[in-house]
Amino acid sequence: MDFLASLPHLVSWVIFLPAIGALVLLFVPSDNAVRWTSLGVTVLTFLISLGLWAGFDAEALSATGPQLVEQVQWFPGVDITYFVGIDGLNLLLILLTTLLGPIIVLSSWTYIGKQIKGYYALLLILETGVLGVFASFDLFLFYIFFELTLIPMYFIIGIWGGENRIYAAVKFVIYTLFGSLLMLVGVLWLGFAAGDAVNDGVFTTNWYTLVSYSIPLGAQTWLFLLFALAFCIKVPLFPFHTWLPDAHVQAPTGGSVVLAGVLLKMGTYGLVRFCLPFFPNAAQTFAWPIAILALIGIVYGALVAYAQEDAKKLVAYSSVAHLGFVVLGIFAFTTEALQGAMIQMVNHGLSTGALFLIIGMLYERRHTRLMADYGGIAKSVPILTFFMVFSVLASVGLPGLNGFVGEFLILLGTFKSEVIGGWAITLIATTGVIFAAVYLLTMLYKTFYGELDKDSPNATMPDLNAREIGLLLPLAVLMFWLGFGPAPFLEKSERTVNLLLETIETKRIAAIEAEREAVVALPLSADDLP
Amino acid sequence: MEATSVRLILLLPLLGAAINGMMGLFAPAYRKQETIIGAIGTLAVAVPFVLTVLLFLGHDHGAHIVSTYTWMAAGDLSISFDYRVDALSLIMTLIVTGIGALIHLYSMGYMHGDGGYWRFFAYLNLFIFAMLNLVLAENLLVLFLGWEGVGLCSYLLIGYWYTDLKNSAAANKAFIVNRIGDFAFLLAMFLLYQAMTTAGVAPFGLDFTTIFENADVLASGTVALIVLLLFIGATGKSAQIPLFVWLPDAMAGPTPVSALIHAATMVTSGLYLLARLSPVVLEAPGVMMLIAFVGAITAIMAATIAITQNDIKKVLAYSTVSQLGYMFVAAGVGAFFVAIFHVLTHAFFKACLFLGSGSVIHAMHHVEHDLEHKGVLPSSDLPYDGHFDAQDMRTMGGLKNHMPITRWTFLISTLAIAGIPFLAGFFSKDEILFKAFELGYNGATWAFVVWGIGIVTAILTAIYMMRCYMLTFEGRERWPGAMDTKPHESPWTMTVPLVVLAIGAALTGYIGLPPLIAEVLGTESWIHHYLGAEYGGPVAEFKAEHHVPHLTEGILLGVGALIAVVGVWLAWANYRKSGLETDNTIRRRLGAVYTLFANKYFVDEAYDATVVKPITEGSRKGLAPFDQNVVDGTVNGLAKSVSGLSGWWRGMQTGIVQNYALALVLGVVVVVALMIFV
Amino acid sequence: MEITLNWYLSLSAVLFVIGVLGVLLRRNAIIIFLSIELMLNAVNLTLVAFSQAFADVDGLVLVFFVMSVAAAEAAVGLAIVIALFRNKTTVNVNEINLFRG
Repeated sequence: MDFLASLPHLVSWVIFLPAIGALVLLFVPSDNAVRWTSLGVTVLTFLISLGLWAGFDAEALSATGPQLVEQVQWFPGVDITYFVGIDGLNLLLILLTTLLGPIIVLSSWTYIGKQIKGYYALLLILETGVLGVFASFDLFLFYIFFELTLIPMYFIIGIWGGENRIYAAVKFVIYTLFGSLLMLVGVLWLGFAAGDAVNDGVFTTNWYTLVSYSIPLGAQTWLFLLFALAFCIKVPLFPFHTWLPDAHVQAPTGGSVVLAGVLLKMGTYGLVRFCLPFFPNAAQTFAWPIAILALIGIVYGALVAYAQEDAKKLVAYSSVAHLGFVVLGIFAFTTEALQGAMIQMVNHGLSTGALFLIIGMLYERRHTRLMADYGGIAKSVPILTFFMVFSVLASVGLPGLNGFVGEFLILLGTFKSEVIGGWAITLIATTGVIFAAVYLLTMLYKTFYGELDKDSPNATMPDLNAREIGLLLPLAVLMFWLGFGPAPFLEKSERTVNLLLETIETKRIAAIEAEREAVVALPLSADDLP
Repeated sequence: MEATSVRLILLLPLLGAAINGMMGLFAPAYRKQETIIGAIGTLAVAVPFVLTVLLFLGHDHGAHIVSTYTWMAAGDLSISFDYRVDALSLIMTLIVTGIGALIHLYSMGYMHGDGGYWRFFAYLNLFIFAMLNLVLAENLLVLFLGWEGVGLCSYLLIGYWYTDLKNSAAANKAFIVNRIGDFAFLLAMFLLYQAMTTAGVAPFGLDFTTIFENADVLASGTVALIVLLLFIGATGKSAQIPLFVWLPDAMAGPTPVSALIHAATMVTSGLYLLARLSPVVLEAPGVMMLIAFVGAITAIMAATIAITQNDIKKVLAYSTVSQLGYMFVAAGVGAFFVAIFHVLTHAFFKACLFLGSGSVIHAMHHVEHDLEHKGVLPSSDLPYDGHFDAQDMRTMGGLKNHMPITRWTFLISTLAIAGIPFLAGFFSKDEILFKAFELGYNGATWAFVVWGIGIVTAILTAIYMMRCYMLTFEGRERWPGAMDTKPHESPWTMTVPLVVLAIGAALTGYIGLPPLIAEVLGTESWIHHYLGAEYGGPVAEFKAEHHVPHLTEGILLGVGALIAVVGVWLAWANYRKSGLETDNTIRRRLGAVYTLFANKYFVDEAYDATVVKPITEGSRKGLAPFDQNVVDGTVNGLAKSVSGLSGWWRGMQTGIVQNYALALVLGVVVVVALMIFV
Repeated sequence: MEITLNWYLSLSAVLFVIGVLGVLLRRNAIIIFLSIELMLNAVNLTLVAFSQAFADVDGLVLVFFVMSVAAAEAAVGLAIVIALFRNKTTVNVNEINLFRG
């Protein structure tokens, strides 16, 4: 892997390779060739993205810039650059995205039956969009990639989705666009203000310049709200979550996996990357309200999931609960919790991705997602059942599988947090582990166990084929690996997280000091006046 | 050497599980290879047992830490897969691997012909792996890994015959109730971590060594809270009030599972936890009183239920709950080593009883098949309404002539659990009662109450266990067509474990002689010296200032022996004379109380009404529609109001050009007027 | 009674207002069209009148421009009306409201 790390423009290659692949697809004639080309492109992207892992030296990360940097002047006259790089926050998410790429391509192999070329081209563009979001260190670039992901997703849901796809697609786009457009206002204000304060009056969207600018407390509040709203809708945090079940249920399997696996992480990632370091004081002021929303999400999402009859909807609501944990971890402001949140993003991508894949495989066989239509299928599809039980256990947070590591660190860090610590939050959040068992085991109970009706199509369902096993196996291996040996993964982000938390603390105190000085300075200057 | 052994002990069962599981899953032809599957499964536990024995023999009485690799680290937290070899973990490992290996061997016979043979052995091996993690762990989180791991295996094995939804429901119940306990366990870890790190203990890995060394930095309230939370966790795993409801249902699993998981090993992990943390638990006397009372009340409650049960496995299940109650009494009065002693003896006689019942059920299944074959079943000639049930004692009776080995081993274990002198149960149970008495003697009056409850439970135990034996093996043969359809003794793979366990049930008591007898014989209680902190072991205990006089101690021993003999005699005499009629007599005598017992104090119903129903109905009828109509309704309402507004607004766009022209003209007029007049 | 510039301008204003009202109020596309022509001619009259009053030929030149534009406009406009009539079989502008919101 080391030779990969020395490739020139590695990060750019990783980001744009899928998009180049999408262009190539235009000239590919047959459906089968389209599939194989997409697979080749995504696998290649994944392989060279491993170079990022090899090339990133977590210990040597500096506070002034990411590693594997590429920065190119973009708009002369303003400080907007093409600025991408790797640090501890985005490395694992990028790898998760590139890993899910081939898996999604494989999962759509027979699932997508019409306009195959268009589907795969959109999928590849989507991958570029998501990778760009994670790799950007320029707010403007981030924003462009952030919005870029909407377009392919809109078509993927709207063209290849279920019965009610148009409604779901429109709702998804308008809801998220509503948030991100408000954020754009914030980006502009921030760019000008920071430009005046720390960049010789030149408008800037460079992340490092923006972080070095300490925003006055009053402005922090409304800027934080603009940014946080955009990201919380994306996460989605209760009560902004209702687009999610619709989008998930209507989207084709591949779309659901991207959505759950990485698109939602753009929200949580945005909170960590922008909301916390840009607006530290406001973030701590609003930590309680947001933690309470996350808490409601955890319990409420679980209970609503429990009431579902549609397996896909159940998993969609479980995402609300699981991402509630992540948001909680982010707003605890402790290393343990933030590290837990970082690893939990990856975990959720793996286990919920696997759950959606398996439900998609069932849907492909029986064309129904209602749990009542199944029952006892553990007998007819043992291998599918194995993977399902495995993913459910990972999702439930069983120690030894990935979900536990994240949840444990988050709850541990939240409990000792000085911002939202103590009994109130953690006690209720921990009940989430009970509820997760309740609704997910109930799903297994209804779908897989019981008497298998000999005359129903359930009895003659074919078990997983080699392709399906092949695409689930890497996920299962990673779930196991992250469960028993998460330390190497945690190490990659530890220093970045610590740097971030230090920055937040320093900036927070500096802003309060500045405010106090301003208050003290006022009467003095009043005295000086005649 | 030691490190390698520990690694092998841990990894072999995991390897066995992986081989049987993966091969069985992906290679259907492998599923039929019962001998290979069984041999791999059994060896994967038997070899670790041998290794453990070697470790045990070469153990120098100290605590050795075997480190492997870092599990997770973040901030002040640094957790490693470290294992602790000391007296306590060795005793537990011996029980787990030894009894585990016997039960694996037994399962080869018991599960013969079952379609999921490979699955069964994979689960069992996985269970052993998890259980070994639990008992060998050096820190709370690895212990928790094992703790939840055994819960998972318990779930998988209870729901092993998943085609019957009842079994799957029981499995779900077990897992979820255990999770409630685990919830408290997690909170205990959070609190401990927070308290330790804010006191400056960092990095902290929740490891026992650091906990014991720094226990004094914790405020006494914090310690009490931690112990309380851990105890709540223990009530889940070890089936105590209020979380005991899952264990009787767990009998839905195959009988070897009931023997291994739900009697000998997993359910005792709560006790192990308290014993492991005994130096800390002793700092929370208030919680200890609670533990003792919960244990005592659970013991008597389960014993009263056991008297009314007709399913042979249910009797044994409630008996297990009751015996676990005893162990918690021991822990509550500060005699942790006695709790472990009872764990050990109980593992032998209860595993033997369960395996014996399995042997009986195995035989009765054959009877059932024969009867069906002959056309006798379905029959109306049953002592109860409904179908023939191979586990119902009312259709058994007189099995002693057909299954001699099962009968004798079952009888020995029954007498052992009843507390008949000089069998294992006599020593361990009496020691528990004596320790309770001793605490009372030292000023804690409440301990006398616990002691009293224990005495009453002891006599109940003798009665219901003897009843179980009498109904199964003595009296007349009560299954339909008993004249020409006879059960058969089980194969050697099943009887050998029975014999070994019965020998254990008879003899293991001698490692824990009561002080009085030990003194008379000029020896000592081996287990006390092996485990006790004052002799260099890991288990701390409450130190009595005033010793109970020898005379009193002797009387107590005599009373213990007497009630056991009386209880056994009562059951023997009555059930021999009138058989099933005795149950009816008891029912008539007790009246409404009997109904209460027979319905398990309506605890399940109470939980159903107060917890399960509200949550189910609440989410189905409350929250789900709320989400749809209110939360999503608000969003859609917002969208609708925007579109409504624009609908109203668009009325201006008539599409008639003249209207636009009119507006234009009016505009011009206004502008011109403004230019002229303003 | 001498006919002064004011007379011409007044007539022009009257004609122009008639044209405006015709455009705004009539429904027949042809009539609207004629009303537009009327407005143009009202302006032409003003231009001629002023040209006469100030003895300047610039106004007359402009009149010719207006007339040629009006001719071109008539050609395009009538073509549109005919195309509309072919599609809708009506020249009633109230029925032609494709832009209705």
